[in-house]
Amino acid sequence: MKSLADLEAIRNRTINKVGLRKEGTEETRIVVGMATCGIAAGARPVMQAFVEELQKRNITNAFVTQTGCIGVCRLEPIVEVYVPGQEKVTYVKMTAEKAAKVVVDHIVNGKVVEEYTIGNAE
Amino acid sequence: MKELSLNILDIAQNSIAANATCVTIQVCKDTAQNRLTLCIEDDGKGMTEAFVKKVCDPFVTTRTTRKVGMGIPLLKLAAEQAEGTFSIQSEVGKGTKVTATFTLNHIDRLPLGDIGQTMSVLVSCNQTVDFVYIHKADDKTFVFDTKQMRAALGDVPLNDPEVVLWMQEYIKEGILSINGGV
Ligand SMILES: Nc1ncnc2c1ncn2[C@@H]1O[C@H](COP(=O)(O)OP(=O)(O)O)[C@@H](O)[C@H]1O
Ligand SMILES: [Mg+2]
Repeated sequence: MKSLADLEAIRNRTINKVGLRKEGTEETRIVVGMATCGIAAGARPVMQAFVEELQKRNITNAFVTQTGCIGVCRLEPIVEVYVPGQEKVTYVKMTAEKAAKVVVDHIVNGKVVEEYTIGNAE
Repeated sequence: MKELSLNILDIAQNSIAANATCVTIQVCKDTAQNRLTLCIEDDGKGMTEAFVKKVCDPFVTTRTTRKVGMGIPLLKLAAEQAEGTFSIQSEVGKGTKVTATFTLNHIDRLPLGDIGQTMSVLVSCNQTVDFVYIHKADDKTFVFDTKQMRAALGDVPLNDPEVVLWMQEYIKEGILSINGGV
């Protein structure tokens, strides 16, 4: 059974990670659209896949967050990736599988997954 | 929406947009009454009575008035499909309480689904907001409160992937432990 005591353990283990995070000034932001249309189209499992991939690969210089309506309902779930010093990349019609590929190719190896981008969809 | 936990995620986004500092989500399973009740309550900016009427029924508004969303009508529809009820109590400057009830064993009642994921999205993406999740199953209660998490975590952010995955398991186990599955 999980208990609040587990959090103390995570805290002790993460102290170093957190220190690193604060020193390394800039992190990659992965922003998932969480308005009604996004949620209905599957934004929650997409966010889940990003979190699981970051955890699995022990990636500490990126984090996942949400935003409201990005404005193109038919292309939801939409994810925006902000790598520091680079232009924003917008991925559309995302799935859990696509999220895993974005983490490996884009976040880890710095190569945008062109075929999932909004430019490729329109 | 395929699960009620997705409606809850969506309705709670309204609370966040209304600048709530605390959002309380309650799920109540009452087997004797054959009732499931969802309640999302916030201390955000609230709505006027006239506006509440409007958001409950998007078809009443005309195209020239303010564009109204689909989140509230979707939850209302889900409740009505399961011979339930829907209501919003709101006061400007005080907050809002959205309540939906469902006939527990109704064939068209959607499953609650993954509350752990819903809560972890809300908590990890809105770190300045406090969330309380209360799950009642007949005479048993499970409570999850971000205040307790913050105290245990210190400087570790609530969006740390390990923390997010812990939260999901903690909530899932908590609901199972009180036999609260719906
Ligand atoms: N908890 C709340 N507090 C204040 N205003 C709210 C709340 N919930 C809903 N509203 C108002 O009702 C409107 C309609 O909500 P909703 O049906 O979820 O659609 P949307 O969020 O897409 O606008 C919101 O835009 C907001 O103005
Ligand atoms: Mg909404």
